[in-house]
Amino acid sequence: MRTEHLSGFDFGATDLDAGIFFETAASRLAAGGRAVAYFAIPEDGAFRLVMAVAFDRDGRLEVYSSALAGPFRSLTPSFPQLHLFEREIYEVSGLKPLGHPWLKPIRFNTPGAVPGVAEFFTVHGSQVHEVAVGPVHAGVIEPGHFRFQCHGEHVFHLEIMLGYQHRGVEKKFIGAPDARSIHYAETLAGDTTIGHTWAYCGAVEALAGVNVSARAQTLRGVMLELERLANHTGDLGALAGDVAYLPTSSFCGRLRGDFLNMTALICGNRFGRNMLKPGGVNFDLDYALIKELKLRLDNTYRDVESAVSLLWETSSVTDRFEGTGVLAKEAAEGLGIVGPAARASGVGLDTRRNFSCGPYERFTMAVSGSGDVYSRAYVRWVEIQRSAELIGGWLDALPEGPVEAECGEFKPDSAAVSLVEGWRGQICHFAVTGPDGKFRHYKIVDPSFHNWQALAMTLRNGEISDFPLCNKSFNLSYCGRDL
Amino acid sequence: MIKALLARIRQGYRTNPFPSADIKLPHRYLGLPKLKSSKLERAAAACPYGAISAGAGPGLDMGRCVFCGACAKAAPEAVEFTREYKLCSSDRGALVITDRDFKRAQTLGADLRRIFGRSFKLRQVSAGGCGACEADCNVLQTVGFDLGRFGVQFAASPRHADGILLTGPVTKNMELALGKTYAAISSPKVVIACGACAIGGGPYAGHEECVGIPKDIPVDLYIPGCPPHPLTILDGILRLIGRTE
Repeated sequence: MRTEHLSGFDFGATDLDAGIFFETAASRLAAGGRAVAYFAIPEDGAFRLVMAVAFDRDGRLEVYSSALAGPFRSLTPSFPQLHLFEREIYEVSGLKPLGHPWLKPIRFNTPGAVPGVAEFFTVHGSQVHEVAVGPVHAGVIEPGHFRFQCHGEHVFHLEIMLGYQHRGVEKKFIGAPDARSIHYAETLAGDTTIGHTWAYCGAVEALAGVNVSARAQTLRGVMLELERLANHTGDLGALAGDVAYLPTSSFCGRLRGDFLNMTALICGNRFGRNMLKPGGVNFDLDYALIKELKLRLDNTYRDVESAVSLLWETSSVTDRFEGTGVLAKEAAEGLGIVGPAARASGVGLDTRRNFSCGPYERFTMAVSGSGDVYSRAYVRWVEIQRSAELIGGWLDALPEGPVEAECGEFKPDSAAVSLVEGWRGQICHFAVTGPDGKFRHYKIVDPSFHNWQALAMTLRNGEISDFPLCNKSFNLSYCGRDL
Repeated sequence: MIKALLARIRQGYRTNPFPSADIKLPHRYLGLPKLKSSKLERAAAACPYGAISAGAGPGLDMGRCVFCGACAKAAPEAVEFTREYKLCSSDRGALVITDRDFKRAQTLGADLRRIFGRSFKLRQVSAGGCGACEADCNVLQTVGFDLGRFGVQFAASPRHADGILLTGPVTKNMELALGKTYAAISSPKVVIACGACAIGGGPYAGHEECVGIPKDIPVDLYIPGCPPHPLTILDGILRLIGRTE
């Protein structure tokens, strides 16, 4: 296993002239690049635009930046994957992307903004009507506002308006790290504690030039895959519940908890809080704990297998899953969709493969082609199998060595991009340090930031009753997107 | 069909008895804090949230604690986290752990207990936060905890609810929706603040984007934790309606 740290890079070297910046961005995106981050940093009374572009097949990242004081050229008309990034830049900096087709607030955090009060896409015509839902929903779930433009049950368009969970986390990283930073990372999205905290630790370690031991990396892998197992299992159960197939729904509800309890067995918390820290992990496994974990993993996995296999063998389930909420591969690529949702539409993107590091060498990803609810559910099931295999293998051959390393000062005027494949998809943390060696800026891109638009697309020409099913097949994060 | 039945047999009966003396939480779980000394200076300095006050009137405020264990790590001679999951209180002040015994949640008065004791419906309002408290409320509805057996359910509409279970630090962007949801519930009604965020802002304490629970919404039960363990939430709710001693 490679344990050399990914190093931070000289941020000044990314600087381009504004004209060249937009030309480069456009040509690199046209060449198959995928924007993993695009944001504005305050600089000398104006701003600096920064874009990180990934070439997944080559496992390559490129970063460009340019100083900017006024309106700029929107690239969204040619590259829809940038639509929310540009809206965010506009909301944060006031710099207007000229030519953006649907420029409106995304977090309603500017003076005078009222959440949910903005222009909505509307459809007019005889008997066309609008269904509005939220921000307080019927279930125990985070807040958001959804508007369907319908004709009877038929949905023409769904527009999703979020921002209710905005609690101002990103800016609290500026001038850090401090004692609270790790807790911000752990609570960016509560069900993705390990994913986000690993991304945070990766950024810190790159900037501090610290190598994480093979044992600590493997333990992080165990935690990340347990997180994936818990969420995928829970979501397959919820999907079964949404098509009224109660056996799998009941079984998986309990089994999700069994995975969470395994996480708690390792670190004391069901969501993996207090496990990771820059330089390594807080808790090690001894022989007795490894034995106990293996036993529980085997039993729980066999129960999940029995619960989930019922889905594929029950015609009332497959009938509802197949052909519902199709996201075409072109749409998924065009919108920069990530995670199991992208893989279920045939996009070969998995950070564990494309940007393989730590314990994930020689990882093979699960890709399926049909892009419907069935495909998203099935990809999750294949990933459950893969995660269980990975954990089993790691527990059998845990590398010896320490589980923590000292993290020193950050390199000044540097930057680091940290990518982790969370259970929803690729998480990106982009950290920039100032001359004082503290965070000058910290940008977080949760997979949900990209993927909410995919959910909206799957509802087009569907039915309102497909919404819960499509929604669960993605199960996106509100707080991770709103930050 | 036969496969579904075989799977059902395989999965077995999985509802955990509650309350039960056999409940054992993992050995690294951080539950009810205990003060081992009145000298809390070192522990207080280690807490990123100002939850520990040293000097005169030393104490650890569970309402501001995110249970990260930094205090116990820095000052093991002063603070210890036990594996006790019964952390709820009806009184905000009682969440401050001192050298006195912790006062657990009180049952509602006889009038309210008569109304809610056998059928208690809650509207959950998520107002900021990270979604983990919501996940641990959802899990109460699974077969493992089977909240319904105690007559407690989460209702889809505030019109059908007897109260609110609130999670999150109440962001500015959710203030109006929370107020409207509260107003939509008929009196008498109960409010439960679930998790560190709802009680004291949690990791987001002091953020300008968060306003906290408005003064005109009185809280009947505080459930500390970040997030609280499902057993903590269950214990609190059942204590409130007088279903457990």
